[in-house]
Amino acid sequence: MLRLEHISKTFHPGTVNEKRAIRDLSLHLKPGDFATVIGSNGAGKSTMLNAISGNFYVDEGSIYLNGKNITFTREYRRSRVLGRLFQDPLKGTAPHMTIEENLALSFLRASEGSVPFSRISRKDKEFFREQLALLDMGLEDRMRQPVGLLSGGQRQALTLLMATMVPPQVLLLDEHTAALDPGTADKVLELTRKIIEKNHTTCLMVTHNMHQALELGNRTLMMDDGRIVLDIEGEERKKMTVAGLLDKFRTRAGKELDNDRILLSMEQGE
Amino acid sequence: MLYVIQTALELGFMYALVAMALFLSYRVLDIADLTTDSGFVLGAAVSVTAAAAGHPFLAIPAAMAAGAGAGYVTAFLQTRLGVPSILAGIVTNTGLYTVNLMVMGWSSNVSLLKQETLFTMLRDTGIGGSWYKLILAAGITILAAVFLVWFLGTRLGLSIRATGDNREMVSASSINPVFTISVGLCVSNALTALSGAVVGQYQKSADINSGTGIVVIGLACLIIGETVIGRRSVGRNVAAAVAGSIVYRFLYAVILKTAVVPIECLKLVTAIVVALAIASPALKEWGALEKRKIGSMQKGGRQNC
Repeated sequence: MLRLEHISKTFHPGTVNEKRAIRDLSLHLKPGDFATVIGSNGAGKSTMLNAISGNFYVDEGSIYLNGKNITFTREYRRSRVLGRLFQDPLKGTAPHMTIEENLALSFLRASEGSVPFSRISRKDKEFFREQLALLDMGLEDRMRQPVGLLSGGQRQALTLLMATMVPPQVLLLDEHTAALDPGTADKVLELTRKIIEKNHTTCLMVTHNMHQALELGNRTLMMDDGRIVLDIEGEERKKMTVAGLLDKFRTRAGKELDNDRILLSMEQGE
Repeated sequence: MLYVIQTALELGFMYALVAMALFLSYRVLDIADLTTDSGFVLGAAVSVTAAAAGHPFLAIPAAMAAGAGAGYVTAFLQTRLGVPSILAGIVTNTGLYTVNLMVMGWSSNVSLLKQETLFTMLRDTGIGGSWYKLILAAGITILAAVFLVWFLGTRLGLSIRATGDNREMVSASSINPVFTISVGLCVSNALTALSGAVVGQYQKSADINSGTGIVVIGLACLIIGETVIGRRSVGRNVAAAVAGSIVYRFLYAVILKTAVVPIECLKLVTAIVVALAIASPALKEWGALEKRKIGSMQKGGRQNC
């Protein structure tokens, strides 16, 4: 489905700020794989997602999606088949456009057979209403309100819906619940799980929560210093505990895990 | 009196196209597009020149195509060549001055003497009686307004709106901002040129200086309309551009009649009104801060006593 072959990326090469963000990283996601990604500060988790989405071109290596080489495909072209959610809930929706218009935009852009002058039909609006009702946030009755009036959690839930209403080939989630309050975060996460399960979407999800990393999906990746240092699935993953994960990290990366947010979330006993 | 009202309505409808164009570039795309002044003259020049050659109908699409071309140049400068958007508009605006002279056969104005215009053709059919000018002006503007509202609801239109509303969202969706900005500015400048084209045939002349200050007047119309009608939906916004333009022309007529403001000062007054209207959020914020400062100083003073 998605294959990264020996990709590398260095930011600001030749300056004092030189940063080798990804080093010779390879990954193969099978169709329907739902992999969680966890790692230390600056391990390159977001950079890996950005490399896949085409935010920048990689210095070395190739990226394949469905057997097609997309290494030098422009970002907006990749976005037709990739869904993306960021940590900042304001990044995914247009605040001065109504809920309905935001949904219409993403729906029309992702639908097969739509042309630049396509408009949404009454039936599509009904479909939006049904989909909004699934979020259970009362948004189905506010379709003509501008998105700027919604809370962060509501906006992120809407963004999730926009990204998945027409199921993408790969869904990239970059700590998309980290900026939300705990209650809303749980709700959005539950929605994410349901939607991915329903569509069998191939998904990469960056998280800072060790429990989530083991509970959600079928595969866990750990990153450090621009590399994937641990990749577990199946039986091995089922038996894995948070303590075991930290232990593995220590042996593979040769150091302690130093992500403040992970450590914080563990202290809170999440 | 009736004549004054008629004229105000006619001009209001014709210049409303500029306000609509500015709504698209300034409000929707969030780009201050200064191509407008010369774009308006370009529309008039093409339209009048074509009408002089006996093609009053062809004149309209030709003027719009020319305007779209001007918009494309501005868009190309800012999206592909990295020229800041305001400068891109100014550069195109300046270049168009020569183009406009060229279109008018290297003369600073052209007039229609006995050639037919859309207006004379409608007059000759007898439809609308003495209201024929208003019918034509209103018809064209309402048609353009309906088109604009329809267009902004299409996939392309929604993409253009998202481009102006949230750039970060655009980079993560499949929208190509280079394309949406280009299309947006082409449509916007086609509307400006359409306004020039209709006004040109209405006045039976095109003048190289007829566009001076059009962009500020258009903004004034837009702001007046938004104050009267509001900005809640695209439909309302477009209606506001038309209504604002009509209100502006009525004010203009009243000022002309009563001379409360000397007519020579009208551009200055318009500029001040526009500057204040655009500055109003900042002024309000400043006022609120000053109020708080005074409030807290008084409190502090009391505590010291």
